Amino acid sequence: MALQTAAEIRALIARHKRWDVIFGIIGILCLAIGLLTFVTLFVDMLLDGYTRLKPEFFTEFPSRRAGQAGILSAWIGTTMVMIVTAVVAVPLGVAAGIYLEEYAPSNWMTHVIEINISNLAGVPSIVYGLLALGLFVYQFGLGQSVATAGLTLALLILPVVIVATREAIRAIPGAIREAAYALGATKWQVVQGHILPYSTGGILTGVIIGMARAIGETAPIITVGALTFIAFLPPSPVGAEFPFLSFEWLKSPFTVMPIQIFNWTSRPDPAFQANAAAAGFILVFMTLAMNGMAIWLRYRIRRNIKW
Amino acid sequence: MAEPKPALDSLPLKAHAASLNFHYGDFHALKKIDMPIYDKRVTALIGPSGCGKSTFLRCFNRMHDLYPGNRYEGEIRLHPDNVNLLDRAVDPIEVRMRLSMVFQKPNPFPKTIFENIAYGLRVRGINRRAVLEEKVEEALRGAALWNEAKDRLHEQAFNLSGGQQQRLCIARALATEPEILLFDEPTSALDPIATASIEELIAELKQKVTILIVTHNMQQAARVSDFTAYMYLGELIEYGWTDDIFIKPQNPQTEAYITGRFG
Repeated sequence: MALQTAAEIRALIARHKRWDVIFGIIGILCLAIGLLTFVTLFVDMLLDGYTRLKPEFFTEFPSRRAGQAGILSAWIGTTMVMIVTAVVAVPLGVAAGIYLEEYAPSNWMTHVIEINISNLAGVPSIVYGLLALGLFVYQFGLGQSVATAGLTLALLILPVVIVATREAIRAIPGAIREAAYALGATKWQVVQGHILPYSTGGILTGVIIGMARAIGETAPIITVGALTFIAFLPPSPVGAEFPFLSFEWLKSPFTVMPIQIFNWTSRPDPAFQANAAAAGFILVFMTLAMNGMAIWLRYRIRRNIKW
Repeated sequence: MAEPKPALDSLPLKAHAASLNFHYGDFHALKKIDMPIYDKRVTALIGPSGCGKSTFLRCFNRMHDLYPGNRYEGEIRLHPDNVNLLDRAVDPIEVRMRLSMVFQKPNPFPKTIFENIAYGLRVRGINRRAVLEEKVEEALRGAALWNEAKDRLHEQAFNLSGGQQQRLCIARALATEPEILLFDEPTSALDPIATASIEELIAELKQKVTILIVTHNMQQAARVSDFTAYMYLGELIEYGWTDDIFIKPQNPQTEAYITGRFG
């Protein structure tokens, strides 16, 4: 005596499966809303700006005449600021993450710090701008320079790097860690020989995601005083004479891509809107390229790491 | 075993636990354990889940020091130098350099076979290629893995099968020439054929090294060990020659466990 006949069971299954179909459709719609918005924006910028996407656009300084204006100072400024950001945020963030995971005693102080690092990631970027204006620009006397902007954005992405580092470290199985300790390794030997090599993929992904956020930041950069119109380049970091390397560029005034875009969109002449669209397209492309690099690096590094 | 058993006090000791207590926070996990570990013999720790056998094993190489809130009392003396492994003044790293451990699941590092085995030597500052190559070969031969692994030393260790990975972990533990080899249920994640090869290996290894093995498998304890300790709820219930424990246990609790009426 079965609870239900085969026909009843089939009807039941059909009824239950209806919900699979309904949710499937809802899911596709939700996904489409997000993706379509982005694609529309991207394509729209491309259509508005494609007439400006010529080599000269990258090699010209901004100009009063829209047709001659380019993004040379902006993309070089962005690149330089990003270099400073990475050089500062990566060692600080990775070291802090390693300390919290491997060294910090488990007490209330550590817990307070942990909670606050997550909170820091949510602090509005303008607040970092204000902090940097007081600290880097005036207190440290770094002025309205590439160094100030790089340090500001480094602060901004530091929590992201710390959190990514910790998550990458936590993904390493305890058994692997124990195996290393059981052979008589010290903490530092475990960090150097195991923790760092096995978490590099995850850390890199976090760093690049942080950088992708930083590259589009406008508010804190305006606050620390990036110029909106700049018709010269920072001094070159490499020179023809000894010692061939120069750090003068760190002290130079600068502009970055988002500020250049902002500047152009606020002009009444519609020709500048095309410039803004083209620069926006390039900025999005830079961000996507960074994310693509993150995926590729992670794939490359994880290929040899399994447990 | 057919031959008559030697008198216990004629056997050389490798270590002994004396009044060993262990606490995980408020939980009293090991209660006043006294037990000898005889030199170049296999001692098996058996008992139901949660009886403290793995906890006891992990006292020997101070693995509990890696986690906060744990406390040892009493001592584990290592012979012949009579150092108390649990002494706060003794660095756990020193202890782990003298005793090696093989874990429940094979846990090779995501590195090459060669680097897995060389790691314990590198930790000791031994980095000369020739020395490493010699020791790696020796360890792989000792773990009966040389023939299978000699042509793929620079391949990733995770390409090996489960049983091979566990033998790799044994080789890694052997490479540092430990005084005691600790096995924590080394075959629980392996199929019967791989298990048999590990058991065979243990029988060979006891020529050279003292072995302490935790197992949930009573047949395995009976097959590989010279001595067996039955533990229950953190206490050592009975200890003796393995065939005595399995044929004529003194304690009714031991008998109930061995005959499968309990546990």
